[in-house]
Parts: sequence; C-alpha cells; structure tokens
Amino acid sequence: MFDPAAVKRDFPIFEHHPDLVFLDSAASSQKPRAVVEATVRYYEHDHANVHRGAYGLSMRATEAYETARQRMARFLGAEADEVVFVRNATEALNLVAYAWGLEHLRGGDEILVTEMEHHANLVPWQLVAARTGARIKAVPLTAEGRLDLDAFATLLSKRTRVFAVTQMSNVLGTVNPVAELAAAARERGALVVVDGAQAAPHLPVRVRELNADFYALSGHKMLGPTGAGVLWGRREALADLPPFLGGGSMIEEVTIERSSYAPPPQRFEAGTPAIAEAVGLGAAADYLMRLGMENVWAHDRALLEYALERLDEVPDLHLYGPRGADRGGVIAFNLGRLHPHDLATALDERGVAVRTGHHCAQPLHRRLGVAATARASFYVYNTPSDVDRLVEALLEARKFFADWL
Amino acid sequence: MSLLEELYRETIMQHAQRPHNFGPLEGATVKVGGHNPSCGDQIELYLKIEDGRIAEARFTGHGCAISQSSASMMTDLIRGRTLDEALELERKFKAMVVEGEPPAPELGDLSALQGVAKLHARVKCATLAWNALEQAIEEARPS
Ligand SMILES: Cc1ncc(COP(=O)(O)O)c(C=O)c1O
Repeated sequence: MFDPAAVKRDFPIFEHHPDLVFLDSAASSQKPRAVVEATVRYYEHDHANVHRGAYGLSMRATEAYETARQRMARFLGAEADEVVFVRNATEALNLVAYAWGLEHLRGGDEILVTEMEHHANLVPWQLVAARTGARIKAVPLTAEGRLDLDAFATLLSKRTRVFAVTQMSNVLGTVNPVAELAAAARERGALVVVDGAQAAPHLPVRVRELNADFYALSGHKMLGPTGAGVLWGRREALADLPPFLGGGSMIEEVTIERSSYAPPPQRFEAGTPAIAEAVGLGAAADYLMRLGMENVWAHDRALLEYALERLDEVPDLHLYGPRGADRGGVIAFNLGRLHPHDLATALDERGVAVRTGHHCAQPLHRRLGVAATARASFYVYNTPSDVDRLVEALLEARKFFADWL
Repeated sequence: MSLLEELYRETIMQHAQRPHNFGPLEGATVKVGGHNPSCGDQIELYLKIEDGRIAEARFTGHGCAISQSSASMMTDLIRGRTLDEALELERKFKAMVVEGEPPAPELGDLSALQGVAKLHARVKCATLAWNALEQAIEEARPS
C-alpha cells in the first residue's frame, strides 16, 4: 500500500524542517535517503573516472554509471543504449534542437510547439530557427487549458519538420495526448520531441508507446540529484543524430583533421559526466519503481482532486488548469488582485512553500492574461494535511490582504 | 508583530495600491527598463534630468506590493536631487534592505521597507526600481 506518511519519513529534509509544507516539487523534488546514500556510497567506495582507467576502481565506477543507465532504461521502458545522460531536460532539448535542427532545418521549414511549453522547449528552437530560417508555430490552448486539437490538425502541414511538445504542463498540470499527436506528426514526417520533465516524475512512462523520437527529463524533479538528466532517443533517431558537444569519450578515432564518432549513447556524452549524480538518479528510479509509478500517479491524482475541492472553498481564489483525469498534481492560482509574490510571502510565513512567477512559461501566462501566478505542486511525500495547511494559509492571507481582493 | 505585519505596513500598502508618479513621462531624457526574471516583475523608469538634477521621475510596469511601493516612494524621494545625491540614496536604501542596516533618516517613508532585509526572497523586488535608477543615471551621465 502506498502510504505518503511513511514515504515522507524516507526524506531527511522533513526531519530537519518538521513543519515544512513543501509544495514546489514541480521546480525540484526533495531527495530520499536512498538517493543521498547512493551518491555518498559511490564517492566513498567506487569513484574514479569512467570508461577510461585500466584498473579495478575505474571499472567499478563505470559499472555503477552503466547500472544507473540500465535503471533509467527500465524506468522508461527503453534499452540502455537509448539513454543518454545529460545535465537536465534543458540540455537534452538543446542537444536535439542543435544537433538535429542545424543539420536538417532549412528556410521555410516549420517547428511546431505549443503555447504551454516551458521556455526550455521553446527558446532552443528559436535559436536554431534564427540560424536556419525555419519558422515557429504554436498550437493554441482551449479556454480550459488543453491543447486545441483542431488547431493542431490545421497547423500540422508538410512544412512541419519538428513537433516539440510537453507531456505535462508545469503550470496547468495538463497531460497532453502525446501518443496521438505524435503519431499524426510523425505520419507527416516531423521529428517528435517530447518534454517529459514534469510527466516522468509523476506518471508511468513507456517511451516507445509515445510515438516520439526523443524524450527529455530532469533527474532532480524525480527525486534524483541535480546535474543529471536523460535524453532518450529512439535507436534509429539517435543513430542518425550528429554530435552536439565534441571532446573525450565521444569519439572512435581522432586525427588532427577529423574524427569518427562513437555510437550512441557515448556519442552524446563528451567529457567526464556527472557520475555520482547519475548513480543517484539510478537510485531514484529504483525508489520510484519500488513505490510503483501507477501508485505515484494515483496518489498525485487523489491529492489533486482533494486540493481542488478544498481550494474551491476559498473565496476570490482563481484556479487555472483543466478539470478532469488528464491532469497531474500542479495547481496554479491567484488570489483576487493580490500579486502572487505577496501571497507567497504570506504562505511562507505559515510554512507553506509555493513558487510564484511565470514558471518559465511566459507565453502561457500571456495567454492566461496574467504576468504571474502562484503554484502549488504535489509529490510522493505530500499528504492531505499539507493541502489543509495550504487552505488555512490562504484563508489567513485573504484576511490579511483584505483590501486587495 | 509577525514578519508579515512588519513588512506590509500601512505606508507600503498605500503606495502599492495607489502608486505615486505612475505613468509615462513626457519629455523624459532617459528611460530604462528593469525586470526581475524570477517573478516577472517589470518596471520602466523615466527620468527628466535638467542641469544635473532629476527634475522629474515616473514609472510604469507591474509587480508585487514591495516592488511597486519601492518604485513609488523612490520616485517621490529622488525628485530635485542631483545624480550623486540620488546614487547616495540608492546606497543607503540597499544598505537597509540588503545589509539589514538601520534606515538612514534621509530615506523617509522608504524606511517602511526595512522588513525586507529579513526576507531574502523579496530583496530583489525592493531593489528593482533602484537598479533601474542606477542604470538610468549611468546612461544619462556624459561619458
Ligand atoms: C515542463 C518543463 N520542461 C523543462 C524544464 C526544465 O528543467 P531543467 O531546468 O531541470 O532543465 C522544466 C523545469 O522547470 C519543466 O517544468
């Protein structure tokens, strides 16, 4: 049985901050002891550079690193040689945008994104568009905060070379029908790039079933250390991809004039990687698989439904995002005319940690007609009592800032 | 008094709700924009500088109560000052909200923002307008 109170005891941060109501896991999750210990154990027992040394310790380090890759492969339902370790989702998306985009995009080509993209899945495409003459188009949103599927069908054309979409919005919580959209885009010959930064930590992902070419995630949002993330690529897509960064470890043979490159995934891992962080990420994937991603998702969903029900009781509170089963544990909100930053300070005073701002999704906020929102997001260690504390803090803030409503 | 009460004093609330000097300035001699990327707060600061003095100062933009009230009180305070005097006020303001020093008497109403020093997350809100001021003065000075 999934017991969030028991799960919470696995996270040392809550021992050090017993009153903390942490509702900002969408920005970065807390870490279970198992992850911290795996990282420390690696440094204390196994550290040397990987893929290089002819001695026992280096083999151990390589083995730890490659085991982490296998764990991430299992977590995603993929093969280990399709898993590229990168720093985070941002780097994964830049890797694809530059390596694929500079090679394949031409003037008149279109890159189709959506209005709910995080800047990480927008700005890299803008940079590459500027250098290739490609143009960016965006799938608009419905009033409820879902992708407008009719508009998608209209925008998708034979000029569409890339379809870049988030599996789950970091502001609205919307879970997009990626498999369906990706199938349509691929049928048109577009490369499909999925931003899994929010989805991978929260719902069971079988990358092969998404019909995508590439899938990006950040380890630090799924209980892992900062500095390690994954770019998954379909084997054929990775095989066709030229290198992004050049250097050690990614080559086969180097002369002064030119080099030949190692096969994936090494081709995309130039230089010494974040070994301990990857090992920690492997431990995080194991931890989540032990909990069971179905259970994690069910927990998120239950907490979200409870939170929406309780938050609907708070007068003057405006909640963003769709209502329905296609939504994860993220709630963006505004209280009256009060600026979310002021609201967050009031919540912080009561030990409730939320994030405010545009959450790196300015086009989405422009679409919502606000400059900023406050955002609460849930994860495995959150409990219904955290929701209650949020609601109480909001009611208190409402009293304190009565003039602003 | 809670931190919240200490921060959101009457003065701040009044300035935030009805900011002084809000709106573009016709005949501005310098205009600079500033923004706080972490929360999306944004300001445009307009100065009319005549004979080395700030004859008028206005601002537009949007943001939280802290950034808006800070801009409102700052534009009140710097009117009529020389550029050096304005920079000196900036130094004193930052000493208060960044270093946590007691407010210098010249800061007047701005002393209401001293609680910000205890809330690190809000320091950037309070200094947004002042950073714009520093940049505007830099741009206005003959190099
Ligand atoms: C949907 C989405 N994409 C991408 C990112 C970028 O993640 P990172 O900053 O770890 O690269 C985030 C994180 O905020 C996100 O929520």
